Amino acid sequence: MKNICFYFQLHQPLRLKRYRFFDIGQDHYYFDDFQVEDRIRTVVEQAYLPANRTIAEMIRSSNGKFKCAFSISGVVLEQLEQFAPEVIDSFKELAKTHCVEFLAQPYAHSLASVFDAAEFEMQVEMHAAKIHDLFGVTPTAFANSELIYSDEIGELIYKMGYRTALIEEAKHVMGWKSPNYVYSHSYQPKLKLLVRNLKLSEDIYLRFSNPSWTDFPLTAEKYIHWIASSPQEEKIFNLWMGYETFGQLQRFESGIFDFLKAIPYYAMEHQIGFVLPSDAAKKAEPAAALQSPYPISWWGHEKDLSPWNGNDLQHEALQKLYSVGERVRLCQDKPLLHDWLEIQSAEHFRYMSHKDAFGTNYETAYDAFMNYMNVLADFLERVDAQYPTTIDNEELNELLKTINNQAKEIEELETKLKKLKSRKKD
Amino acid sequence: MKALMFGWEFPPHILGGLGTASYGLTRGMAEQHDMELVFVIPKPHGDEDQSFLKIIGACNVPVVWKENDWHHVNQRIGHMMHPDEYFWLRNGIKYNYSRIYTNDLGCIDFSGRYPDNLIEEISNYEAVASVLAHQMQFDIIHSHDWLTYPAGVFAKQITGKPLVVHVHATDFDRSRGQVNPTVYSIEKRGMDAADHIITVSNLTRKIVIEKYHQDPRKITTVHNAVEPLPDAGSFTKTPRRDKVVTFLGRITMQKGPEYFVEAAYRVLQRTDGVRFVMAGSGDMMNAMINLVAKRGIADRFHFTGFLKGRQVHEMLAESDVYIMPSVSEPFGISPLEAMQVGTPTIISKQSGCAEILTHAIKTDYWDIDAMADAIYSIVKYPAMYDSLRNLGRDEVNAIRWYDAGMKVRSIYNSVLHY
Repeated sequence: MKNICFYFQLHQPLRLKRYRFFDIGQDHYYFDDFQVEDRIRTVVEQAYLPANRTIAEMIRSSNGKFKCAFSISGVVLEQLEQFAPEVIDSFKELAKTHCVEFLAQPYAHSLASVFDAAEFEMQVEMHAAKIHDLFGVTPTAFANSELIYSDEIGELIYKMGYRTALIEEAKHVMGWKSPNYVYSHSYQPKLKLLVRNLKLSEDIYLRFSNPSWTDFPLTAEKYIHWIASSPQEEKIFNLWMGYETFGQLQRFESGIFDFLKAIPYYAMEHQIGFVLPSDAAKKAEPAAALQSPYPISWWGHEKDLSPWNGNDLQHEALQKLYSVGERVRLCQDKPLLHDWLEIQSAEHFRYMSHKDAFGTNYETAYDAFMNYMNVLADFLERVDAQYPTTIDNEELNELLKTINNQAKEIEELETKLKKLKSRKKD
Repeated sequence: MKALMFGWEFPPHILGGLGTASYGLTRGMAEQHDMELVFVIPKPHGDEDQSFLKIIGACNVPVVWKENDWHHVNQRIGHMMHPDEYFWLRNGIKYNYSRIYTNDLGCIDFSGRYPDNLIEEISNYEAVASVLAHQMQFDIIHSHDWLTYPAGVFAKQITGKPLVVHVHATDFDRSRGQVNPTVYSIEKRGMDAADHIITVSNLTRKIVIEKYHQDPRKITTVHNAVEPLPDAGSFTKTPRRDKVVTFLGRITMQKGPEYFVEAAYRVLQRTDGVRFVMAGSGDMMNAMINLVAKRGIADRFHFTGFLKGRQVHEMLAESDVYIMPSVSEPFGISPLEAMQVGTPTIISKQSGCAEILTHAIKTDYWDIDAMADAIYSIVKYPAMYDSLRNLGRDEVNAIRWYDAGMKVRSIYNSVLHY
């Protein structure tokens, strides 16, 4: 039996406000609240809410046969809690049906998996805790921000206990192989890899309403027929995309919601089921091991890191940011730690790309870089104010240990003192 | 195809950007093998590069018939024009210009500059155009900038050949809106009479449509380019402790020098290790020196006075940032020259060249905060400097006059219905 595995990604970065260099050291608030609220409300009303309603209806009408997975970044969860709590409620409703799965990812939708392994682990744990708090489930499958994956990252998440990872159909990794099988990590055979079916996914989020496409208009019947007529041995069809596909990338008027609704009917007609990533990986034996020595992602033609780390500007910004990772993790200051997460969102670096600054609110890559670096300069000053950079991390660690242990030590000494005093009285 | 061009300046003796643009464009057009160019300027010096076009000096064209001996003519103007040509052109005198003061050869003494009696010089240039129009054979007339529009219009009236006017600047750019009515009327008459108008940027095109009420269908933008610098590698940057931020150009209202001073003041409030240089001269220079003193930044702000020739490129190459905060700049070739020697550039969005540059920082001319921010980040972050330097140089090296010439050619073809 063939299975369709749907997975939808939700993420919106916190937009930075115009931050001039005279603000450095003066103003420690970096975000454009108006823009953030406006963007999140728009995407909620156009996409998230109607799509959630559609999916709830699909689950109901198919008696729980329809299943899909979500990956919601911590950053967007916070925004939803603040500006659109009704979306959180509607996800809680979906969670109760047990037909949806929530995937793990770094909390800040960051590039930490490539630049700072310790930060990455911390963020994944943080995200899992947040998902558990809200929806009562702990993620068991992993989908990195922008589906970034390499052998090294695979090993990291394997060590963290995940047994399923989602990756992109990148030509230079897949070669002639079909994405419609389950694969495994190149040297950790227990880590199963699911691969996105690029063509079928793009048909929905990229081409659905494009009248110049030869297969326009796309109907659910035609679409399921494509899947049904694939070779017998191909069992799993991974259709993954951003959740804003439904209602924002493809407008309501294009009929995208009706298309989605019709899919389970035609699928059942052809004996095609739906499966969640964790279950899919558990059931299937891997067809082969995939090697990915260099990071791949789900963007662009090259399917690499170049949208975020493709030029000097991005390189410098990322280097500066992650050079203080260890130091920041020693800090206790809550606002500082929160800002640390927010300024790690991958989009901030995407906007500095000369060739592919998708969704940017800046006029040029240079503009994005200037603004970000000003913010970062202020942030670094704040980190420095907490713990001066003149002390190196190891030394600082020792000092902190001493300070933290002081209370304990004083307590111990006091009890000792009491004992001695009472003995003296005797 | 043969084009008769009227210009005002031609290198090496130039006073502004017009000469550079005229040279670049004609050189680019000369690469088309079937293109023949005759370029008229008021006063050649004899050392102009004539390898790819023919230059005629208006000061050597007789407008009043005077009897002269071949040897006398040869002795007088032989170094610039063959006496036979003089006598041949003399046959083109069809009108009586004896009211104009002429020398012993019947020629007018042009200054070739921008003198106080500029309007008179422009109308004398018209007289020369009539002689040329009667005597020469050509397919199309091309006038560069308003000084030569009357000459072009007259030549068109005489021959019926189509006229293309090339707008390198308008009086709205030079005066921040306070136009001189005489200049405006010359410009407007030229544009009205033209069969096609070429503007150096979409910004200028917009002004021509809105302020001169021209039909958008007969206006085409052909962006300027920049001549490749053969010795770009010979300009080096001396390593120094302080970063240098440079403004280079005429210190006049059009160029927005006060915004540069204010941005410098902002930057210096937060950082040291940056020096500011204002190179050039102009009627606002003293006001700027006063402003610098008033802001208390004179210790970090320097004036060089007028620079020319190689000094310009040397100054640009020594700078870490080049800034052009022009209030209204039809094109602005100097940012391209700065980028050629690898200097990161900040330009105002009100500059025509902003339309074709990606790897330059663009701000509004009045937005001194944005300008200061850009200066700060270029001097502070090596990645910013390197990106702008390397990508900017590649970008500017790909902008070629040949392509601009091809666009002009296609305009000629459409005007001539080829």
